[in-house]
Amino acid sequence: MSDNQTSVFVKRKRSFTLVFLGACGLFLVSAAVTGYDVIAGFESVPKAAGWMAKNFIPNAQAWSRLPNILAKLTETALVSVAVTVCAAGCAFFFSLLGTKTTKVNPWIGRTVRIIAAFFRNVPDIVWAILLLFSFGQNILTGFFALFFATFGMLTRTFIETIDEVSASCIEALRATGATFLPTVFQGILPSSLPEIVSWVLYMIETNIRSATLIGVLTATGIGAMFDLYYKRMDYSSASLVVISIVVLVVAIEMISNQIRKVIM
Amino acid sequence: MSELVVAGHPPVSLDPHAYMRKTRSGKIKTAASSKGGSAVKLTLFVLLGLTVYGFLTFDYKNIDLAKAIADTFSNIRVLFGQPRLTYSSFAGAMGALLTTFSLGALATVFGAVIALLGSLLCAKNLAHPVAANIIKSFVAFIRAVPTILWVLIFTVAAGLGSVAAVVGLTFHSAAFLIKAYAESIEEVDEGAIEALRACGAGFWPIVFQAVLPSSLSYMTAWTFLRFEINFTNALAVGAAAGAGGIGFDLWMAGSFYFDLRELGYITYIVVAAVILLEIIATKIKARVG
Repeated sequence: MSDNQTSVFVKRKRSFTLVFLGACGLFLVSAAVTGYDVIAGFESVPKAAGWMAKNFIPNAQAWSRLPNILAKLTETALVSVAVTVCAAGCAFFFSLLGTKTTKVNPWIGRTVRIIAAFFRNVPDIVWAILLLFSFGQNILTGFFALFFATFGMLTRTFIETIDEVSASCIEALRATGATFLPTVFQGILPSSLPEIVSWVLYMIETNIRSATLIGVLTATGIGAMFDLYYKRMDYSSASLVVISIVVLVVAIEMISNQIRKVIM
Repeated sequence: MSELVVAGHPPVSLDPHAYMRKTRSGKIKTAASSKGGSAVKLTLFVLLGLTVYGFLTFDYKNIDLAKAIADTFSNIRVLFGQPRLTYSSFAGAMGALLTTFSLGALATVFGAVIALLGSLLCAKNLAHPVAANIIKSFVAFIRAVPTILWVLIFTVAAGLGSVAAVVGLTFHSAAFLIKAYAESIEEVDEGAIEALRACGAGFWPIVFQAVLPSSLSYMTAWTFLRFEINFTNALAVGAAAGAGGIGFDLWMAGSFYFDLRELGYITYIVVAAVILLEIIATKIKARVG
């Protein structure tokens, strides 16, 4: 057999081996750095499962707290929706300036993309810790922390969406002599709206999870509620919090999937 | 009215007005309403309504908004304008960064290995439909629980430390990657699998010769995306669950020492690391893809 015929299989084997060795190397180095105990790691899973089966089940006392939990859960869900909608509004405006297709001004476009990259790369926990100084343990702390992170993320995805979806129709409109605003309202908005709605739905789901985390840090919302029960070692109430979050997230995922099926 | 008549067909009108849809005032309609379009409008309307309702019902605790915003701006100026380390050294911060990086890497490696096996069991074109559905719903459940809660749950079982952090992060990573990998496998050309099956190839030869080679580039892209997510998650877990690493340093600087300048310095380190990861990921994706 000549080299050309074998090369596909040899290459394939080589790339699999490389991936495998790379993963092994990364694992060994990381385990050494963090002092990770592999055996304890494997043991912890059945241990945790056993512990959950024993303690992590809502009892009568937990059920009596359900109205409180649901109130906090509603609050967290509404914050996630409000954050995502506000951030999407701002992000859409900025993405119009940032996309290459509208040709507003190359310098404005570059600045917008750098600002978006900045907001995307500063972790939301930094915003949360920073805002704790000025806003204290307030619902707005979590709101703005999530807002900055969501704004950065959505601006990038909206720019990509507009570049991808609307390029040809913008060119067509431009050829007819349409100015900026008609291009936006007749071209960009109608053609990219389904994509945008899909991303907004995805961000709402993600933000509910992030809101839980930020709630633990800033003592607001459902995250703080979990943390409170957890630190009081009232694990059955904590489990009810987890169950209610799961129900909410799965419900939102199912609704989003239905909406996506209709609009895409 | 002129009509075009072709033998054997009903006559076709040549009057353009017969084909135009018009509004009540007689204007020509330029946009046709569709089911998708109205669904988009309805979704946006509901989301806007929820937002307004949310803003009206939130408990703001009588916060002085103008003062809080002014304070935030001056804090941001200190944070990003005057970064300085007081309580920890640069080497210490680098060590903590390496710890966070390793926590993320361990969770990604474990998650990818579990997901590789799990996705083979739940991709529609390889697995039994009943088993696939059971695994997919179980995975959806795991994904719905926020990472931080998994870590806190495992902290009780395994004690505070890297084990709880890694196992907690792995749960969410594996669930995320199973979904992503399964979707990549479902994209594989059915013909290749069928051809191998017709030759009498067993399950593993099909996986290694047809499924993995054609979905490897997607899988790599997803794995690196997850690694970036795991890095920020490891940060968050360090801050919120005390699992160590640079996330814990962030939390200490902000909520324990109340030192904005130290917080700023560590933030710069973290942002540089995140951007570096993104660049490396893009390079590797371009090579594999």
